[in-house]
Amino acid sequence: MKYELVMGLETHVELSTNSKLFCSCGGHGAGEEPNDCVCPACSGMPGMLPVTNKKAIELAVKAGLMLNCKINRYTTFDKKNYYYPDLPGGYQITQYFNPICVEGSVVIGDRTIGIKQIHIEEDAGKLVHDESTKTSRVDFNRTSVPLIEIVSKPDFRSADEVIEYLETLKSNLRFAGISECEEGAMRCDVNISVRPEGSNEMGVRSEIKNMSSFTDIRDVIEFERVRHIDAIERKTEVLVQETRRWDEVKRRSFPLRTKETAEDYRYFPNPDLMPIMIDDAWIDEIKASLPSTTNEKAVAYEAMGVLPKEAAVLANDRSLSNTFDTLIDKNIAPKTAASWILSDCLALMKKQGETTLNINTDKLAEIINLVESEKIIRDNGKKILAALFENDIDVLDFAKKNNLYTLTDKGLILATVKKIIAENQAIVADYKSGKEKAFTALVGRCMKELKGTADPTLIKTLLKQEL
Amino acid sequence: MKFFTEIDNTGNIAVDDMILVKDIHATAGSKMLENFVPLFDAEVVTRIKNAGLKLAGKTAVGELGLSAFNGNENDIPCDISLNVDLNGTPRRMAAVSDKIFIKPTYGTVSRYGVIACASSAETVGVTAETADKCAEILSLISGYDEKDGTSLPTEKYVYNTNKNVADMKIAVLSDITNKASEEVKTQIEKTVSALNSKGAEVQNINFELSEAAATAYTILMCAETCNNISRFDGVKYGHRTADYKNIDELYTNSRTEGFNLLTKTVILYGSDVLSKDKYDTCYDKSLRIRRLIAEKSDEIFENFDAVLLPAGSSFEIGETEGTFENMVKEIEYSSIASISGNPAVIANRVQFVAKKFDENTLLSIAKSL
Ligand SMILES: [Zn+2]
Repeated sequence: MKYELVMGLETHVELSTNSKLFCSCGGHGAGEEPNDCVCPACSGMPGMLPVTNKKAIELAVKAGLMLNCKINRYTTFDKKNYYYPDLPGGYQITQYFNPICVEGSVVIGDRTIGIKQIHIEEDAGKLVHDESTKTSRVDFNRTSVPLIEIVSKPDFRSADEVIEYLETLKSNLRFAGISECEEGAMRCDVNISVRPEGSNEMGVRSEIKNMSSFTDIRDVIEFERVRHIDAIERKTEVLVQETRRWDEVKRRSFPLRTKETAEDYRYFPNPDLMPIMIDDAWIDEIKASLPSTTNEKAVAYEAMGVLPKEAAVLANDRSLSNTFDTLIDKNIAPKTAASWILSDCLALMKKQGETTLNINTDKLAEIINLVESEKIIRDNGKKILAALFENDIDVLDFAKKNNLYTLTDKGLILATVKKIIAENQAIVADYKSGKEKAFTALVGRCMKELKGTADPTLIKTLLKQEL
Repeated sequence: MKFFTEIDNTGNIAVDDMILVKDIHATAGSKMLENFVPLFDAEVVTRIKNAGLKLAGKTAVGELGLSAFNGNENDIPCDISLNVDLNGTPRRMAAVSDKIFIKPTYGTVSRYGVIACASSAETVGVTAETADKCAEILSLISGYDEKDGTSLPTEKYVYNTNKNVADMKIAVLSDITNKASEEVKTQIEKTVSALNSKGAEVQNINFELSEAAATAYTILMCAETCNNISRFDGVKYGHRTADYKNIDELYTNSRTEGFNLLTKTVILYGSDVLSKDKYDTCYDKSLRIRRLIAEKSDEIFENFDAVLLPAGSSFEIGETEGTFENMVKEIEYSSIASISGNPAVIANRVQFVAKKFDENTLLSIAKSL
């Protein structure tokens, strides 16, 4: 029997606010020392009250607009009760009853993934265990750092779709300045079940908590797919709905220690925070601050003559699209700019392990212009670009010192042209009988003889003259 | 038991031990907080200091202000105090000791720096010898505070006692009054005669929803208190047991040693009503009853300037004051104003409640008696 995967994702990302969700502590929890981004409010001191950071609400609305969500005009904060030492108040402030955004969608390729809701919540602190003294210490730096949780519908059918969705989310959120989505800062819970292809029923669900590496997500999906199918077909185990964790070393998932009774978080509306009313004017204001979404950008690039696939790659990364836009402003042809960014810059970025393109666009444009005006051949342009990735070189100076300028010595070129004509009489005969391609072949051979540094126009003129 | 912690013997105002004063122990009447020294002043304390008044000291409360009665406030060597009204205890204490106590409309006085229990209802009020003093102090401490998300955005309230009682229509809530002791009933009758003699029109009506109000308030208050005091777990705040081997024992033993029986009962009751299978029938239903009480109150205040009812079941501080049952019994008298957020005043040892923001009617009645 053929099976299909049914998966849903809960993705947590950190909002790019200047301060925490309910107090004015800055630094985004990235303290140099434990507990140096902490105040009485975010450490739960008796008598302190939370006051909502307006920017967090705006960024969450922005995320909702970007993901085609309905924005709830009436949204509330609720309390989620549980005891853990990294939670100073004994509860987490989240949105349970009236989340800020609902019913959105994300388009990946030719499929649409439904978004059930986006809600805002505060992060918890962390425990630091000291094995030598057998004690644990609490660091509240991250307590109350604002997060949004983006909850998808169970619309994923393959690991590829999951990764593409996460990559789309990541680039969109970064692009709009909603979240930095730094390495490892995007955490997901993956809900996985398996069912016979074509069935409408849901299989037994496993929830894999707290995944951040894309490689691990891919591997855990495959691991769970095989485990579920084996359980169904070969009765290797009885599947139960459970929460599991991924072991990065053993490359397999394990059930999390389950308590005898299911956790009851005793959610209730937070009486310290009034419901938030979001009116049309506020939404319009936030809408105006949205950049043209990557999708719209891709369409615009295509209209400039960039290939659809290239347009998508450019539009999906803010650093690439910014560089592209700047080159266009400097009168570089769109196709040329796309080619330099996507074949040359991307390759160099990969080689250096960079994820964003960070280059002096004036100098990049200078290199492209040298190549376009045939003062330097394309391959030598690449060499200069590679050097520019390493150091902030002076383009003209570097080309001169490394003999990268095109050869214009008429005497030397003429001698070469004569030599090639003498050595390739058959091709010359073809040319004389009217075959245009033969001429191109002769130009190529001259160029090769001159190690690719000669001015092609000059070669052509001299060839014609000698023939 | 310590009733009064002296701060400055030349001071003229006291605050109760639920209100934080920088560098002065705030115990909330609990062993849990016996070593808690706040880093900042409550907003009401800041406003008092800014007005040039001096703090005389802190008055004792029953653990977390939950029990029906506090210690006898007659021992306090100053005649003004700020008290947190959670379960109506300062109202009952004012009735016992024949003082004026005003509980203002919820949201008019900042709760910043008040050890939180029932966040949606508790209010800082003023106890004093005269209605004019209450009006003066309440004018000082009220008004918008950006540090409290529930603070109402009105810049300044000015309170006075200038209204004429002769123009007022007042309703006695007979059904609740009939449940109180003979002594209390007699006091209500005396008050009615006094009001009549001032020219006020007094009528008897039944509130009908007082038991529902009491039950709903008990549910909301216990749930919110249980949640708010979960921070006292021995990890960061609160007494830490010496007897633990792991985190679960640290929580359990610290809280077992730190809280009294009443608080523990409130925690159990509050956890229970918030549990998944009881949320709709208990907590959510109580929120709906709260709206119903507010509507019923609005309806009454369309026809009457104020209602009159007892402040508690009796003027005796009984031996069972600290029990859960007694707390619930007394809540019936305080819950109408607590659950709706309406203002209430104690004067002539009885309680008056008015519509929101109509403290001046209450203070004027209090002055006339
Ligand atoms: Zn803080």
